[in-house]
Amino acid sequence: MDQIDVSLIDWSRAQFALTAAYHWLFVPLTLGLGIVMGVMETIYYRTGDLKWKQTAKFWMKLFGINFAIGVATGIILEFEFGTNWSNYSWFVGDIFGAPLAIEGIFAFFMEATFIAVMFFGWNRVSKGFHLVSTWLVVFGATLSALWILVANAWMQYPVGMEFNPDTVRNEMNDFWALVFSPVAINKFFHTVLSGWMLGAAFVVGISSWFLLKKRETVFARDSIKIAAIVGMIGILLSAWTGGGSAYQVAQKQPMKLAAMEGLYEGGNSVGLVGVGILTPGKEYGDDKEAFVFDFRFPKVLSFLSTRDFDGYVPGINNLVEGGYDTPEGKALSIAEKMEKGKIAKAALNRYREAQKEGNETVAAEARKTLDENFKHFGYGYFESPEDAVPNVPLVFYSFRIMVILAAFFLVLFVLVWFLIYKKKFENTRWLQWICLFSIPLAYIASQAGWVVAEVGRQPWAIQDIMPVQAAISNIDTGSVKLTFFIFLTLFTVLLIAEIGIMVKQIKKGPEFINEKNEEN
Amino acid sequence: MDYSFYQHYWWFLISLLGALLVFLLFVQGGQSLIYTLGKKENHLNMMLLSLKMKWELTFTTLVTFGGAFFASFPLFYSTSFGGAYWVWMLILFSFVVQAVSYEFIAKKGGLLGNRTYKAFLFLNGLLGPLLLGAAVSTFFTGSEFVVNKGNITDLAMPVISSWENPLHGLEAVGNIWNVFLGLAVFFLARCLGCLYFINNLDDSEIRKNARKQLLYNAIPFLLFFLLYLGMLLLKDGWAEDPVTKLISSEPEPLKYWHNLLAMPWALAMLVIGVVLVLYGFGRSAFQKKFIYGIWYAGPGVILVVLVLFLIAGFNNTSYYPSLTSTQSSLTITNSCSSLFTLKAMSVVSLFIPFVAAYIWYAWRSLDKKKVKSSDVSEDGY
Repeated sequence: MDQIDVSLIDWSRAQFALTAAYHWLFVPLTLGLGIVMGVMETIYYRTGDLKWKQTAKFWMKLFGINFAIGVATGIILEFEFGTNWSNYSWFVGDIFGAPLAIEGIFAFFMEATFIAVMFFGWNRVSKGFHLVSTWLVVFGATLSALWILVANAWMQYPVGMEFNPDTVRNEMNDFWALVFSPVAINKFFHTVLSGWMLGAAFVVGISSWFLLKKRETVFARDSIKIAAIVGMIGILLSAWTGGGSAYQVAQKQPMKLAAMEGLYEGGNSVGLVGVGILTPGKEYGDDKEAFVFDFRFPKVLSFLSTRDFDGYVPGINNLVEGGYDTPEGKALSIAEKMEKGKIAKAALNRYREAQKEGNETVAAEARKTLDENFKHFGYGYFESPEDAVPNVPLVFYSFRIMVILAAFFLVLFVLVWFLIYKKKFENTRWLQWICLFSIPLAYIASQAGWVVAEVGRQPWAIQDIMPVQAAISNIDTGSVKLTFFIFLTLFTVLLIAEIGIMVKQIKKGPEFINEKNEEN
Repeated sequence: MDYSFYQHYWWFLISLLGALLVFLLFVQGGQSLIYTLGKKENHLNMMLLSLKMKWELTFTTLVTFGGAFFASFPLFYSTSFGGAYWVWMLILFSFVVQAVSYEFIAKKGGLLGNRTYKAFLFLNGLLGPLLLGAAVSTFFTGSEFVVNKGNITDLAMPVISSWENPLHGLEAVGNIWNVFLGLAVFFLARCLGCLYFINNLDDSEIRKNARKQLLYNAIPFLLFFLLYLGMLLLKDGWAEDPVTKLISSEPEPLKYWHNLLAMPWALAMLVIGVVLVLYGFGRSAFQKKFIYGIWYAGPGVILVVLVLFLIAGFNNTSYYPSLTSTQSSLTITNSCSSLFTLKAMSVVSLFIPFVAAYIWYAWRSLDKKKVKSSDVSEDGY
């Protein structure tokens, strides 16, 4: 293949998005349900009350079903960096590979080892060792999230590295800058805590079903008590870290922020769109109004982006055309960045040629030019400045869906917790129905969050350094299409099977056996 | 400790992970025996319960093997995974269906039915070892690829690694030696599966049948393995000039045999490994009360596979030879991560003994009580 087929890029993206979206159906439930069942087993350990053991065991069964398919989709994701994004794997593998390896060594082995004890150790190990194993599974899952989110955050905000023209790749020079990048820290807490929210919504919803059926009411009430608290903590802290994320996005990925807000013309004292309808077909450079309708919270976007109610927030037009003031001077236009990117590429070629020929003077000059322009290296792959604009409607609506649903869940958890505390939840059937039907909403919110993060980053695989078209593998489009449909079919069938098994297990309910409660 | 030390250290760790993975393929071997040893439902359920306690370790070792390769030798990750697309996809596919099967097989409502999940487990037991073995064999037999880092600035075609064969990895089965190593690993996994069942299942009938199966599978394993080992030690290999870092234009005759001679400790490890495997197999097959064969054959397998990986990469050898562009061949020096990354990862690797210790402790805690027929209903099968 002498030229990369454009459809190959689309199909490779589609395959990765498919795998990531399916994987992300299962991971947040692992994170959230893990906390809930860990708390339940801890209560059992402390009180010796067997009802908590059986309650924890019930949720563990669902955890196990969910975990298995999460593992299945996860392995594909890791290897797809190599199979479908081989150029990426070389260009940044020196940095990106490390968190993946650490995830394997620390997190995956911890999960894999102790999940066996958690499921099969009830009669084989002591109560204390079993409890520790359960928490280590939860800790391992969270640790796994940490490392993969460190890697993902690095794609949004590449730090702790420098480009080496001799090896033609980026190389790590500061491991801690990677781990403690403000984007990574925010992303980790925001993502994991949103998983707590989803896990809690799942437990509250399923428990409500038991109450609606007037079955296992004590079990359901106990489960809701814990889940509602976990959910409230999760959602409140998610909102807090979400604010931090917005600030980081504004600073590091202003184009993503502009897409999240449908903001074409920036300015000072910009309001945050609460709800709005984008003008269909609106694109950069046309004369259409951005919105058919919008309701804004005055000055809030400026505050979230700059910590100043009157701060300047650039819009898509400003980012493409440049010329606005930044702390580093006048912002460059995308066209200027493209030019600098091309200069960097030419300098890299010149450097490599000069090195081959042993011409140190030319090599040093080329290296200097490359270093000066490398910041814009990725822009050199663009064909036009419009390439820098992501899919605005998809990012805009996904962001609204995520935020509105998060607000809904906050109200829901507070209400459920209040009514449980007042012992009135059991008789509030309308709310039980809402809780039950809210389970898919939690998944939608969770998926929408990732759409904002990943589609908002487009066209970049690594922000400013490597666009997706340069990250690709050289394989024929037909192969990727075929594997896309194989995985689509396989994952869909397995998802249906998983839901079927879960429903059967839920209908079966917890198994309360006649054992005497233990003295502790 | 210079760059070369870290390159060798990380190749050693990759080799060790690969060796552990091959040992842990006893899970896949056990799965491939479910139609043979698990004809009675209770036997099948005991086998599945026992394997369910361990399958994630194999799976995790495979994932970590991939992750560690990515971190330490990213050019291999980029070239092999992006090139031999179909081999890796088939391997992944077989592991995906395995991952869900243990959880879904025993539960109602699973859409596809128990027979399908059982077939998935068998499929993984067959394809996993076979394809992994064939893929590892290409470390010696080579593949058709070209690496040109200068491509990165080419707008139309920026990919640096290109696979030159349109079959994208499937062509590996056209080389009989790759098939031989695949078959050797497949039969080895079955032997290890038998040894695992003999050790872990407290059932005299399963143990008796497993001993028989061990014998049936050990014979083809030894045949394919010894043929492959013989071929390997007589085979040419591609050497790297330690000064210029260029690959020799002509292959070096008996390269892998020379590597063994240059590293006599590796030769000793190979011999000890083979002896341990034979001892574990032989005593388990012929001594009716002996159940610890896996603890001899297992370390033996680890030693043998470790040596195979080491002679592939150590002693200035190309561990991933290109059949179409000699200078594109991968060595531990031209495909590795930067010194900084290797050093950082080496600090991380100091925790590996701790990880190994808790795996051993948890494994021991679960295995203190052998799996009995009565455990099946209690633990969910």
